[in-house]
Amino acid sequence: MPREYARREILIKLMEFPCSALLLSLCGLQEVEATAERADEATAEALYGMGIQVDKCIGCGSCVAACKAENDVPEEPFYFRTWVERYVIHDDGRVQVDSPDGGIRGFTSRQEDGASVLRAFFVPKLCNQCDNPPCVQVCPVGATFKTEDGVILVDSDYCIGCRYCIQACPYGARYLDPRTKTADKCTFCYHRIKQGLLPACVEVCPTQARVFGELTSRASPLRRMMRMSELQVLKPSLNTEPKVYYSKLDGEVR
Amino acid sequence: MAEHFERLESILGQISGYIYPNEIELHWGLLVVLYPYITGLVAGAFILASLEKVFRVKEIEPTYRLSLLTALAFLLVAPLPLLAHLGHPERSFEIFLTPQFRSAMAMFGFVYAWYLTLVLVLEIWFEYRADMVRWSQGEKGLKRVLHWVLSLGSRDLSPAAVAFDRKAVFTITVIGIPSAFLLHGYVGFIFGSVKANPWWSSVLMPIVFLFSAIVSGISLVLILYYVTTMMRRKPLDMACLDKLSEFLLYALIVDFSLELLDFIHRLYESEESIKILSELIFIKLGLSLTIVQILLGTIVPLALLAVARFTQLPAELKRVTYFIAALLVQVGIFSTRWNVVIGGQLFSKSLRGLTVYKLELGGMEGLFSSIGLLLLPFLILFVLVKVLPPWDEARGE
Amino acid sequence: MAKIGLYRPQQYRPFGLHTVGSLDGGFVLRIGRFPDQVVRVGILLVAAVIAMVLIRERFVPESFGELGHYRADAIPTIESQAIRYAGSLICIDCHDEQGAIKSASYHRTLTCEICHGPSAAHAEDYESQLPVVERDSRTACLPCHQYLPSRPTGFPQIIEQLHNPPQPCIGCHDPHDPTPPEIPGSCAACHAQIARTKSVSHHFQLSCETCHETSPEHLQSPRSFLPKRPTSREFCAGCHGTIADAAPSAPQVDIAAHGDRYLCWQCHYPHFPEG
Repeated sequence: MPREYARREILIKLMEFPCSALLLSLCGLQEVEATAERADEATAEALYGMGIQVDKCIGCGSCVAACKAENDVPEEPFYFRTWVERYVIHDDGRVQVDSPDGGIRGFTSRQEDGASVLRAFFVPKLCNQCDNPPCVQVCPVGATFKTEDGVILVDSDYCIGCRYCIQACPYGARYLDPRTKTADKCTFCYHRIKQGLLPACVEVCPTQARVFGELTSRASPLRRMMRMSELQVLKPSLNTEPKVYYSKLDGEVR
Repeated sequence: MAEHFERLESILGQISGYIYPNEIELHWGLLVVLYPYITGLVAGAFILASLEKVFRVKEIEPTYRLSLLTALAFLLVAPLPLLAHLGHPERSFEIFLTPQFRSAMAMFGFVYAWYLTLVLVLEIWFEYRADMVRWSQGEKGLKRVLHWVLSLGSRDLSPAAVAFDRKAVFTITVIGIPSAFLLHGYVGFIFGSVKANPWWSSVLMPIVFLFSAIVSGISLVLILYYVTTMMRRKPLDMACLDKLSEFLLYALIVDFSLELLDFIHRLYESEESIKILSELIFIKLGLSLTIVQILLGTIVPLALLAVARFTQLPAELKRVTYFIAALLVQVGIFSTRWNVVIGGQLFSKSLRGLTVYKLELGGMEGLFSSIGLLLLPFLILFVLVKVLPPWDEARGE
Repeated sequence: MAKIGLYRPQQYRPFGLHTVGSLDGGFVLRIGRFPDQVVRVGILLVAAVIAMVLIRERFVPESFGELGHYRADAIPTIESQAIRYAGSLICIDCHDEQGAIKSASYHRTLTCEICHGPSAAHAEDYESQLPVVERDSRTACLPCHQYLPSRPTGFPQIIEQLHNPPQPCIGCHDPHDPTPPEIPGSCAACHAQIARTKSVSHHFQLSCETCHETSPEHLQSPRSFLPKRPTSREFCAGCHGTIADAAPSAPQVDIAAHGDRYLCWQCHYPHFPEG
């Protein structure tokens, strides 16, 4: 009897060290994995958004030109991923809106810009990257979709060119690329933001009227804007949940 | 592509007010107007046929088989304008591979396939099977083989089999009525569910589409019955014509009431879009809506049909009245489709501007190809009528 | 229990038609209660369904459905799009001198590429892909700085036709530090629309400083050192009150009775009081 006990005890003693080492390392691994998972979750949960401060926009059109250069958008004045609108509101309530060639070469003075003007300003527009996108809802084949980080993209190798998404977008943000015959639109410069760069329009904006960032980050120009400004979105009654937030957006803007 | 840009360039000068820059190109043109028009005819013709089969309206029996063949001829052509309009028609099968079920357009593949095969073709097959067997037994050469193949080699002419055929036709028609509603109703939903477009977005859209489909289908069958009977130098069955135009009158009244309701409702609620939509109706759609759709396409036919129905006209005059009314109705319904599809794109979503639609003559989206697509179903119908004659004298019984 | 029977059709020939050839020597298919014709149609339908399933298996793209109802492979394709704008951080890596000058100047919020164009290619290959450097232009600066009344107030603007023709802009303004050679004499350099509005109003003789006390820092950091506005009704009463003698032609009101508790400029627009 005593000999068996002794043998058992020796075996147990011999196994103690490797077992506990194994256990501890497993716990350690789990800890590492958990951190990795959290990091993955953090990047996976990145949710991109843009802020536009209307009172800072000077209507230079650099954003429109930069977007076309960065993304190979056709130069003709019928295809825009982003554009700038000028609003001139007169004393008598008349509102004049224009966007000559999307504002790509800026704007020119007009005779109407006289003493009867009550307010005037510029409003940059682009795809609002909605969280409840009507364009994704109507695509019959799944060629346009929302990524996990909230950006709406178009798969131009799969799009059949039915144009339903263009009809469904309330903001006029989509067009049909005449070269590929597929739908196209602003992608928040997805190829840039995934590498930590800014979208081209945000990069070149001279007055920081456009700010970009992750809606979930704790510190970014977008975060500050969201904290300090009253935010508006375009066409809120349609419940598209846009992720492009405007501050100082006039009620006349559609 | 340069011509395309030139055309868009010329539109720039004709814009009034402000439109979003991307709205310069009008996306759904004449080809997309054709599709609801054609499926409307299909649904309407089938519903007329179902009146005879399910609701036992005996008077219109002479048109029963003709309605089915008409529906088939037009249904075969229906996807063609859509295919022609796609940017990548070669990828159109993706609708069958990976349909996105929240999209009304994705339903096209399934509703179309269901309706074509399990409703229309099956009904026609069961309706004609006994006759096809008899024809194939009595004919020689190609026609014999053709009818043998079409009847899938069936030979059973026993009373039990024929009775089964009749029951099958009845059952399929009963299933077919809601299927026809779905076939055209979903097209209405495609437009009616677009919240971005205040001209389209309406609960009534599928219903209005459906009733205008019924109207157009009945009037088409009336026209075809009239024309084919004249061509075959047979006497017109006036009871049949009377019944057809009676149904046409009722359907037209309902259709007009629905459209009137939509109009009154919009004016009453006077939402934000009312200003630009009023401009749209009076400036851009003055001819196609007020004159063609409402006056020529609805009010005049209503008056003609009412006069023919409620007064004592000689038969010769009555049938000409019916014919003219039916033709006007066709024009009116086409104009309805035009006003919905094109009209919805003539104003900007900024609610501040109007644009124009430049209809080309040639090319895939041009007038000539659309005319060709509208003539094609008649060609197919001609072939179908030769292969599966719907006339009473062709029946074996 | 399904009874599948294959038997000659002669039993089903009530009309006594004469058979000709082998076409009529067919079989009658019957499964249970389903008559012959239904079975024939059924075979066709089943074949079609099987074909559809097989086609679907073959042709649906591989990565479809991995992340959602779309081809997951589309994302790498989009991510691999060429980059044209390098971003100012890249430029400053080599051009740190200009970067340092610019970061302390009025143009500190501008990226290099807004004037020099997309330069990612230059960052990859310095020699062959040179960025744009406009030297003799009088138009390169206009998209931002040409006077437009719709631009926000406070943004420096000029009228090109009047502003030192025919010199190029960089003759006086270093683009990396565009401080003008002389401090602008009037507020109109940045507040042109207000100045022009005022110049055709009854207040045209009043200088901006009359009402707006402005610290010199306002020129360096405008939004952080805002000019003041009159804070009392008595200020305007200095000309417009009934006991004033400064401007006999100015409309006069009894300040105590006019305008309740509001400051004068909360109703009247001092830059264009008649409009």
